[in-house]
Amino acid sequence: MPATGQTLRKIVTQSQKELLAEWVQAQLGATTLRSDLMKEGELREQSRELLALLQATVGSGDIAQIEGSDWASVRDFLAKVSRSRAQQGFSPSETATFVLSLKQPLFTRLRGELSKDAQALADEIWATTDLLDKLALLTVETYVKSREDLIQRQQREMMELSTPVVQLWDNILALPLIGTLDSERTQVVMESLLQKIVETGASIAIIDITGVPTVDTLVAQHLLKTVAAARLMGADCIISGIRPQIAQTIVHLGVNLSDVTTKASLADAFSIALKRTQARLPQQLGATT
Amino acid sequence: MEKIPILKMGRFLLVTVQVDMHDQLAMQLQEDLTDRIVAARARGVLIDISALEVVDSFIGRMISNIAAMARVLDAETVVVGIQPAVAITLVELGLSLEGVRTALNIDRGMSLLQERLAEEQR
Repeated sequence: MPATGQTLRKIVTQSQKELLAEWVQAQLGATTLRSDLMKEGELREQSRELLALLQATVGSGDIAQIEGSDWASVRDFLAKVSRSRAQQGFSPSETATFVLSLKQPLFTRLRGELSKDAQALADEIWATTDLLDKLALLTVETYVKSREDLIQRQQREMMELSTPVVQLWDNILALPLIGTLDSERTQVVMESLLQKIVETGASIAIIDITGVPTVDTLVAQHLLKTVAAARLMGADCIISGIRPQIAQTIVHLGVNLSDVTTKASLADAFSIALKRTQARLPQQLGATT
Repeated sequence: MEKIPILKMGRFLLVTVQVDMHDQLAMQLQEDLTDRIVAARARGVLIDISALEVVDSFIGRMISNIAAMARVLDAETVVVGIQPAVAITLVELGLSLEGVRTALNIDRGMSLLQERLAEEQR
């Protein structure tokens, strides 16, 4: 079918102005219009730019193969648009509608051109709809991807934010844990705790789990691993901030915390840590003199 | 053949691992150390592994074996200077060196040993 796409080319090339006017009109009238997020001028500008790019590409490129290098500029432009829309807070369908709403004005014109030949009209419509669907899918894909990037970045930031190690006193560190403990976070927590032990030479670390919403066997195992690693570095751990429900869960699950000192509150843990370090202090002094 | 030196300090033995521990070296150390504990009638052993950056399960097990052997010979073993990465690896390997005392550095390890000796003499 060598003729397929010919009419589309002709329309896009020759009646760009009318097409643009109709397209923008359709977008402005659609229910998915978000005038709160985007001004009419900006929408008009984006539509104009896409049409211009389409005109340049349709003239030379194969309209069935949008993966080719001919379509690179269109793909880049659509990616840019859907990324910015994702940031502005558009929904995926609103983003895809930007491309899909071009169908109606295009089809109307195709019908006008090919009203005599039903066969050719069907072919043209199929070719056009195929092209526009692919482009719309591309915008959705980019949209989802930019959202995923955002989520991953936030996860990383949260990970860094939520694992501070603070020095409470000479030789005493505190590690207030907020949020759920998964293996990845345990790794980060462990690393930062051990690093801090090396830096400060602390001999006691208080792990406060007041902010940990639930403790299951996995979380308990992660906690015990952290305690074991700190012990290898010569630091004793005290686990504090165990809420009544969590104490119940720990016992029901059969988690063995008997090797670790546990305290109900951070204050209790701190006072016992002070006692231990001060009890050790005179002996150390006696040993060195 | 290279060997890990074992130094005598009063009633304690000091082992500092300055090279990459390979399996043969660890076996050799185990043999030498038990000999020296008996010969020197040592009451404590301090193993400094701060220069060790990589451990595998074999080396981990050797360390805990050496500690267990020393305990049988009535010498307390303190392992000092475990690097953070090494500590994490050991824990992930399931070798948390139960029964081995640990300290951050030689200073702390030495005072642990001396405390214990002082307690016994009381």
